[in-house]
Amino acid sequence: MSRIKRAALVGNPNAGKSALFNKLTGARQKIANYPGVTVERKAGRMILPSGEPVELVDLPGAYSFDTASPDEEVTRQIVHGEFEGEPVPDVLILVLDAANLEQHLVFAQEVIALGRPTVVALNMVDLAERDGLTLDPAALSEALGVPVIPTVAVRSRGLAELGEAMSSASQADPADRSRHLDHISLPERRLAAKHMARAAILSRSKRAKVERGLDAVMLNPWAGPIILFAFLFVVFQAVFAWATPFADALEAGVGALSAAVTSNIPDGFFRDFLTEGLFAGVGAVVVFLPQIVILFAFILAMEASGYMARAAFIMDRMMAGVGLSGRSFIPLLSSFACAIPGIMATRAIADPKDRLTTILIAPLMTCSARLPVYAVVIAAVIPARTIGAGIGLQGLVLFGLYIAGIVGAMVAALVLRRSFTKGEASGFIMEMPRYQLPRLRDMAIGLWQRAWVFLRRAGTIIFAATIALWVLLSFPKADPGESQVDASIAGQIGSGVAVLVEPIGFNRDIALSLIPAMAAREVAVSSLGTIYAVESSDEDVVAERVTERIGATWTLPTALAFLAWFVFAPQCLSTIAVAKRETNGWKWPVFMLVYLFAAAYVFAGLTYWIAVAAGLGCR
Amino acid sequence: MDKGRTLDELAPDVTARITAIDWTGLPESDAKRLRALGVDDGAEVLVLHRGVFGGRDPLAIRLGSMTIAVRRGHATAISVEPVQAETAAA
Repeated sequence: MSRIKRAALVGNPNAGKSALFNKLTGARQKIANYPGVTVERKAGRMILPSGEPVELVDLPGAYSFDTASPDEEVTRQIVHGEFEGEPVPDVLILVLDAANLEQHLVFAQEVIALGRPTVVALNMVDLAERDGLTLDPAALSEALGVPVIPTVAVRSRGLAELGEAMSSASQADPADRSRHLDHISLPERRLAAKHMARAAILSRSKRAKVERGLDAVMLNPWAGPIILFAFLFVVFQAVFAWATPFADALEAGVGALSAAVTSNIPDGFFRDFLTEGLFAGVGAVVVFLPQIVILFAFILAMEASGYMARAAFIMDRMMAGVGLSGRSFIPLLSSFACAIPGIMATRAIADPKDRLTTILIAPLMTCSARLPVYAVVIAAVIPARTIGAGIGLQGLVLFGLYIAGIVGAMVAALVLRRSFTKGEASGFIMEMPRYQLPRLRDMAIGLWQRAWVFLRRAGTIIFAATIALWVLLSFPKADPGESQVDASIAGQIGSGVAVLVEPIGFNRDIALSLIPAMAAREVAVSSLGTIYAVESSDEDVVAERVTERIGATWTLPTALAFLAWFVFAPQCLSTIAVAKRETNGWKWPVFMLVYLFAAAYVFAGLTYWIAVAAGLGCR
Repeated sequence: MDKGRTLDELAPDVTARITAIDWTGLPESDAKRLRALGVDDGAEVLVLHRGVFGGRDPLAIRLGSMTIAVRRGHATAISVEPVQAETAAA
């Protein structure tokens, strides 16, 4: 008896593979990259009804084996057994969208023609029913020559049957498979798909009214863009307003912990390390978890609901204006959360020059790592006033910074497309998935994965950078009457760097924080937290907040210049590393570093001097 | 050769059949993608929505049970003839 070791989900994009994958594997998922390419490999453990564990891989969605994108190429190679280090799956689970049967049956025939053990998951039969379709799985199974199991992934319908069918499919006689699907052309396959779909559809009543109705509004030439921009504005207001209670609670928690340590641990090196290094540094960053989670929640909801593709449609014309396409909108929007998944999402862009341009401008999108920086500085120097109709001034400034990043990216794209990445503008072809209510469970899994990445960063990169800075700040010990920061090694380095950044209005503390912030932008905040904690010799102000110190010691032009700097500065080693991997070399990441630092310097300088000239510097 | 009307010139909500596609006018990757989505001779299409700025680009078209976004450049390469009679079954 052959045991199934590996199974793979294969199917068109938007067939509901991911929801099925989440249901079959639960939260036990491993996300990594396929070696050599930057296509995400999602794998998990599925338990068959017999109790056998199987490694289940969610292959990238594909329309055809005649591939047009790197994702599809990975899928083609794996199911053909040509992908090095990735064994051929023992069983393929071919996922078809029941409501889009005719289209999905075209690729299905290609998959079944491989002659591998295959089970069809006729997925989302509930949505098909919503559209008024009644299907006959038996007829479809007869036509395809493989078992067909109706499933509703989100309600766990048909999953046990699917597992049983996998067990029996792996034991079936290979000669029985793919009896009538070999070597036919695409038009023939399409014709066959039409006949099979007709035979499998028992009845059809009303058509997809939901789609038409919603799209009439969402894609309306006038209402569409207004809705999109209103929605994005709400997202950014929400990130600031909704997160506050959670952030306050986290901050109070960190403060309480720090106070507990202060009162329970004897004065000395270890206590300083905990309060000044760990809590002041890492704590300053962790409090932004709520904002990051809220932003990701909106992005995940947009993707899951099908609205993301509509947003791409609306944005296409604007993107075409700077030589890109609506396809670039999705990676760029993801970059608002983090440039790393954003840059990785560019692999869906077929045109190499388009893709390169998108990679180069992705770091200009305001990622969640900038949020801590922006939030702290805004809270410190911008008054918490409302300027009518529930619009807060702080939220408005934040929105302005996001817009600055977008405008910067658009200008950069325009220039790049006329110089370094010159070439034909590419096309925009994209399927608009059906509208669906985002499922809480899938959202929760996605959010957890992203929150975990952030916390792991806080626990590793940010922790290490903060501790290293604290050590450099704490030694050598200052003589009485001398400032500890001035006396320390870090203070000496900071004074050196300060010479470079003084012309753009930065003080020594900022210069000092910029160096460890190369590891990750939010380290700037943890560094300032550490610097101010080390500096304040008063025992009772150990937990003094970074915000208050910035409000008290920075001038408004300096603070604004600092914000402008972070709109552009490529201070994230992970982004540079991903860009290197994606572009196969150092040329483009180095280019990215140079042009972004130059832009950061120029715009921070402009901001500073304009603000000074406008008289904002008077305190 | 008379190419007739192109998809770009088709009025919204009129079902039409694709009569010819000028593949030579399209980049290879776009052509592959369109074919994979089922945009090919004989397929029935319907223009649903168009963008507002700059030549009403892009277009959202209905093909079977799918909605697909394409650019005007693609639409001008696709020749169509309106299908008479009842609104399309799909």
